[in-house]
Amino acid sequence: MRPMMSWLPVAPDFRAELRTALESPDCLERLASLAQYRLDHLETLQLDRAMSRLTLKPGPGFTIVRLAILASSTVDHLSPAIRVAGLRRRLMIEVHIGPYGQYRQDLLDPASILHQFAPQFVLFSITARNTLAGVPLAATTAEVDETIARSIDELRLLWRQARESFNAAIIQQTFLNITEPVFGSYDRLVPGSPARVITQLNDQLSKAAAQDSVLLLDIARASERDGIDGWFDTGSWLHGKLEVTPEAAPLCGDMIARVVAAQRGLSKKCLVFDLDNTLWGGVIGDDGLEGLVLGEGSAAGEAHLALQRYAKQLKERGVILAICSKNDSAIAEAAFNEHPEMLLKRSDISAFVANWNDKAENLKAIAARLNIGLDSLVFVDDNPAERARIRQSLPMVAVPELPRDIAHYVRCLADAGYFEAVAFTSEDRQRADQYAANAEREALFELSGNLDDFLRSLQMSVVFGKFTPVDLARVTQLFNKTNQFNTTTKRYTAEEIADFAAARQTVTLQFRLLDKFGDNGLVSAMILRPDPKQPEVFEIDNWVMSCRVFGRQFEFEAMNIAVELVRQRGGKAIRADYIPTPKNGVIAELYPSLGFFSLNGKTGCTCWILDLTKYVIRSTHISRSGDAR
Amino acid sequence: MTDQEILSAFTKILRDLLLDDSIVLSMETRRQDVPNWDSFNYINFIVAVEIKFGVKFKVADIESFESVGAIIAETKALLR
Repeated sequence: MRPMMSWLPVAPDFRAELRTALESPDCLERLASLAQYRLDHLETLQLDRAMSRLTLKPGPGFTIVRLAILASSTVDHLSPAIRVAGLRRRLMIEVHIGPYGQYRQDLLDPASILHQFAPQFVLFSITARNTLAGVPLAATTAEVDETIARSIDELRLLWRQARESFNAAIIQQTFLNITEPVFGSYDRLVPGSPARVITQLNDQLSKAAAQDSVLLLDIARASERDGIDGWFDTGSWLHGKLEVTPEAAPLCGDMIARVVAAQRGLSKKCLVFDLDNTLWGGVIGDDGLEGLVLGEGSAAGEAHLALQRYAKQLKERGVILAICSKNDSAIAEAAFNEHPEMLLKRSDISAFVANWNDKAENLKAIAARLNIGLDSLVFVDDNPAERARIRQSLPMVAVPELPRDIAHYVRCLADAGYFEAVAFTSEDRQRADQYAANAEREALFELSGNLDDFLRSLQMSVVFGKFTPVDLARVTQLFNKTNQFNTTTKRYTAEEIADFAAARQTVTLQFRLLDKFGDNGLVSAMILRPDPKQPEVFEIDNWVMSCRVFGRQFEFEAMNIAVELVRQRGGKAIRADYIPTPKNGVIAELYPSLGFFSLNGKTGCTCWILDLTKYVIRSTHISRSGDAR
Repeated sequence: MTDQEILSAFTKILRDLLLDDSIVLSMETRRQDVPNWDSFNYINFIVAVEIKFGVKFKVADIESFESVGAIIAETKALLR
């Protein structure tokens, strides 16, 4: 089967649209919308060529990212696909590919072009051929283990070198199973059979990657899904030393861009479902509760149930679930509460909107209620007209082109890779409950009506301390996933975060917020560094806060704490930049509201200073508990 | 399919691939006659032809095609 991006809609007339785009004054935007179509290998190359003709710098809302690929096979054909897949996510990915097979020298030579390129991401794309060559068929288990361990150790050395040289995020490609059976089905029982060596190689690779915080690009898994013939072709290997076929390049590029985007906090966050003929079969308003097709006993009913089960799994890993349906709200909610086969419960849904309004407006309301961007939403609706309507009016919302048969909805959602992860933290596991608790908090606010009374009634307390090793992953994730309350939108690798934590003069702060409804988790983090020229002035390198705790005076308490710590170190002032992005407008007035005064801004940001000799600790409704210092 | 039909399909593929509508192919055209038709884009062209016509060329043939006419002849042979 040819690897395909079936969740993307087919372009009505790609050829004509591309030529129109090239003549248009907003060419880049036009090309970005063309990137949302299902493009084959040839169309991907054309779009990339069109992009390369642009002389203009990317406008606002596009981010430049530098990715180097260190490969032991030809990967040049992947660059166009990576750039197009980046454009699909409003990332301008600059790709550097070193000379064929020279990655070791390039890594070691500080004068190499690779070093000048200074990649933020390094992708290792290494074939299993060398390892395979080192394992004779008759090798014992111990001999195989040793050869594989040696190969993995060599990779780890490369990872370490790349990390130390560039402070880059490391991505390692898994090994395609390019082998043929030697013993037939018996292959799996022979330690030295090529197929078994590849399996073991991938197992050991995963373990090493987990230990070294390296991200994987799992093309081995993708090739199992599509069939190895779609990904690897002996002809292409012999002719051009391509380990991945040109036909698979668009999907491979998309998978690479997913990992890059995920590391940058651009994965989707919320899955929004239509109800009738999507989460269940039938129309509840017409067919009633009894008439719904759902659950065991009917093939279609089980297919809808399978979709609910998948949604529930995603919820368990931290994806927020929402409903957007044209229905009477009471009737729709009744199905959740009363239908015995419903796997999703009302409490699994963080935003439930059922009415007769335009769905585009309802999606806006859902994003606003959850305090996330519209570009964090995925909208699943069986109705092609609704899908087209949303794509047209809200192009930033991901709308998968669903297969005709509900049986294949789960596969389609999974293929699209909307929720690519770079970590799975305890915060992720609890996120859904936190959003549910937020709904209860909202209800409480409506009861009390008065903000001050409401905040007092929450019985909030803060736990804070410096970055600790156990929280590094979560702190890194918070810096990289937060888009709204993010003062400078500087992104960090886990290694950089560890470096900040270890630097003696740097003040690192992580905050947890507790209230009567539970633990909101790690909700804010801040990095303060003394100015080398004026050590009594501390500069906020970045400060982020989860949107879950907006509007609770938490920023005041966080600043109180920061001020106290900086004073303890003899600091006299705190300086901070606010760098505006399309998403962080909500904190444009943050620093003045905290008592900072404006300095002359550099271009592209505003600059603020807080005089600690005059700062008075603000009173809030948040108590301190368990200061970790 | 006539030579001419295949030739015009090839021309369209190469124009798309190189995003250059001024390209005109003939049976005698060689790769070096077309600006930017480098070895990378030669492979891309071959893959696009294989997909479009549902054929698969032999590795040895891909290496030895001398001209557009040779590719057309082989495509016709495979379609038969």
